Amino acid sequence: MSGLRILVGCKRVIDYAVKVRVKPDKTGVVTEGVKHSMNPFDEIAVEEAVRMKEKKLASEIVAVSCGPTQCQETLRTAMAMGADRSIHVEVDAQSYEGMQPIHVAKILSKIAQQEKVDLVFTGKQAIDDDCNQTGQMIAALLDWPQATFASKVEKANGDLTVTREIDGGLETIKVKTPAVLTADLRLNEPRYATLPNIMKAKKKKLEKKKPSDYGVELSPRQQVVSVEDPPVRQAGSKLDSVEELVGKLKDSGLIPS
Amino acid sequence: MFRGITKIQKVSTGVRLMRSTELQSLTWKSQSRFLANAAAAQPKESSQQDGSEKKQTAKPDSKSFGLNLFRGQVSADQVFPYPEVLSEDQKQELQELVDPCAKFFEEVNDASKNDQLEKVEDSSMEGLKEMGAFGLQVPQDLGGIGLTNTQYARLVEIVGAHDLGVGITLGAHQSIGFKGILLFGDKEQKEKYLPALASGETIAAFCLTEPASGSDASSIRTRAVMSEDGEHFILNGSKIWISNGGLAEIFTVFAQCEVTDPKTGVSKDKVTAFIVERSFGGVSNGPPEKKMGIKASNTAEVYFEDVKIPKENVLGGIGGGFKVAMNILNNGRFGMAACLAGTQRYCISKAVEHAANRTQFGRKIETYGAIQEKIARMTVLQYVTESMAYMISANMDQGSAEFQIEAAISKIFASEAAWYCADEAIQVLGGMGYMKDCGVERVMRDLRIFRIFEGTNDILRLFVSLTGIQYAGSQLKELQKALANPAANLGLLVGAGAKRAKRLVGMSTGNVSLKEHVHPDLAGCADKAAKSIDAFGGTVEDLLMKHNKKIIDEQFLLKRLADAAIDIYAMVAVLSRATRSINEAHNSAGHEKMMCEVWCNEAHDRIKLNLQQATDNNTRKNFSTLSTISKEVVGHGGVFHRHVLGF
Repeated sequence: MSGLRILVGCKRVIDYAVKVRVKPDKTGVVTEGVKHSMNPFDEIAVEEAVRMKEKKLASEIVAVSCGPTQCQETLRTAMAMGADRSIHVEVDAQSYEGMQPIHVAKILSKIAQQEKVDLVFTGKQAIDDDCNQTGQMIAALLDWPQATFASKVEKANGDLTVTREIDGGLETIKVKTPAVLTADLRLNEPRYATLPNIMKAKKKKLEKKKPSDYGVELSPRQQVVSVEDPPVRQAGSKLDSVEELVGKLKDSGLIPS
Repeated sequence: MFRGITKIQKVSTGVRLMRSTELQSLTWKSQSRFLANAAAAQPKESSQQDGSEKKQTAKPDSKSFGLNLFRGQVSADQVFPYPEVLSEDQKQELQELVDPCAKFFEEVNDASKNDQLEKVEDSSMEGLKEMGAFGLQVPQDLGGIGLTNTQYARLVEIVGAHDLGVGITLGAHQSIGFKGILLFGDKEQKEKYLPALASGETIAAFCLTEPASGSDASSIRTRAVMSEDGEHFILNGSKIWISNGGLAEIFTVFAQCEVTDPKTGVSKDKVTAFIVERSFGGVSNGPPEKKMGIKASNTAEVYFEDVKIPKENVLGGIGGGFKVAMNILNNGRFGMAACLAGTQRYCISKAVEHAANRTQFGRKIETYGAIQEKIARMTVLQYVTESMAYMISANMDQGSAEFQIEAAISKIFASEAAWYCADEAIQVLGGMGYMKDCGVERVMRDLRIFRIFEGTNDILRLFVSLTGIQYAGSQLKELQKALANPAANLGLLVGAGAKRAKRLVGMSTGNVSLKEHVHPDLAGCADKAAKSIDAFGGTVEDLLMKHNKKIIDEQFLLKRLADAAIDIYAMVAVLSRATRSINEAHNSAGHEKMMCEVWCNEAHDRIKLNLQQATDNNTRKNFSTLSTISKEVVGHGGVFHRHVLGF
């Protein structure tokens, strides 16, 4: 399997350093005028793919992003990091609000088939909706093996040996390609897109597509009922003595009276 | 590097001035020509050959706002509307570059560690090279990023906000170190040197200053002599305070070279620029100098001993070195203003963070007037600096050749505004600000040099005034000529005479107005700026009438004039920018309008005072008293007055 062809999913999310604000109508968070960047877990996936290419394990890396026009910036970052070309599946702002992992998974699995890739690589989850579903759904749709939460990826005799982070330890599994991988935090430290590479990335191919090109319609499967800020901590009060404290605790039924 | 630049500037004024006073026979014309040469901004213009003199006088009126200000006229082309030069593509490209650049400085580079180590940490240096930071303006086909001046300014601003030591390392390399190759290099020189310089594989340095030549560039002793076979130059001499002197592989070196005039056959020494490789042999350097700030940048002496330079490595022609040096410096100044706009941003955010969280006497300190004034003033200064920096970079990108006054103004203003911001940020932070851990202390040490190098602010003030006066003077000469034949030039005389008469009685001449360029909401400010410009032109005229060519020796007056010019240019820059923000209904339009108003109101008062001092006889007496006091103190070797206790 010399030269895997890798498809990497790159979601554009609100930058991790930004303090998110809930919209007044509680339907979501404010995105307008807010700094966005590539989902950090997807960045790790891109980095891993690029490293595989540098080790000659991969032959081509295709980055894909679904969403509004600005997603092209995210794709350019991926290409500046080392992806060879990219596909932007444009979704207008309104439909994008209802877009869910199932839609993305359908689009990505279609692209995976069309592009005849050997590996679909995504982040384990996006830091905005924390769904942790897209990778798994792609595997299901394609009926490919999956290796999620990868913290180490190695090639072994035509298979991939993947170390997964699981509760309380690590699990090492082997998967045959084609497969779906999702990246965990400790897989690698993504490189910085350097200025010369950013300039070079401008010359790389960026294809523009629509969900309908892949036969995917975007009607939401879930409805957001309400988005709320975390509750504000209630103010405490100062007590003068231990006796008073014990009394209060008893009154509120926290210790037996 | 800093000394070298200072020196050139001194030559452009001080030393030449001294000479001109010694040799009274020098005419105004030749002095003007000198200034014009010193100020010449672009390679193509004003060669040092004598023929250039005619070119200068025959040249059509400049579009420079700064130059025309000295005639009391508004040249709006370059300032209104606020110039926008980035195409959508360039803008987007720049946006993509800003983030990774900022991220690098936030996450990888450690300014306080660099300061402690007194060098840029190796890992950081490597990162910067990979980043492409060493070849920001080198064309892409030669391995650089190919940024325009405006794009460069935006990235340099990020550097300025994080680490001025790194800023100097990068600036000494590309803003002056190899800028000569970029501006004057021929195809072979560019192809040979720029790719390795752009990648940071080789580092460059700018070598002008020498131990025995602190002020007069024509007195540099480093000498290049042509070998007998005519294939090489042999270079000997030493240079001091060279930024990157200990790191550089490629040096732009200025040396004396004998030039024979083909017409007259007379030989004389002329400054010539050379590209020197360390690998030529005979190049060595001293240990890194211990400095107050910008410690991370390397500063060292550089020695040249029988260095064999191939004749192809002459830069900008034999004898063209002075022009090369002036152009490099002129082209680099806007970068300093952009860089320091970033530094001011940093200082303001530090001060604001503290002021919003610190409680004293039961209230957050940001609610007290004493703190509010500081934060507001810092912000206004940053606004002005930023407005100037990007106005000039845009003018340069538009292909303007005459931005020497504006560039000098921006350097003076930015370095003083940044100093003020750092100082006041520390004041707001109180004891905390004085501690190293806070970070502003380092910034303050780093900043001090900016008022000294690349032309001290004192010298640059004289440069601004004299360059402007020279331009105004050429118009005055026209008037004098007209006077010789009044009948034929009646129109010109009547016009000029009426303008002068109006000014004398304190009336506006009526031909200065900014109303058509400025948003109606700012009409009051526009009026103040217009009045200031008018009064400024009048003052220049008065000074020229009164002192004629001797104005050149009146440094007390020239300083006032320069201060007024700086204030006026600042007014126009913010008027233009705030107008754009109002027109485009930016979020911050109201905020910007307030800053513009504060600036214009206060600047107007300062200008009035400065112009009055420049012409008032009583003030003049005071200046001469100050001069006497200084002479007596210097004569005494320190304070002369008797100790108050008598011992």
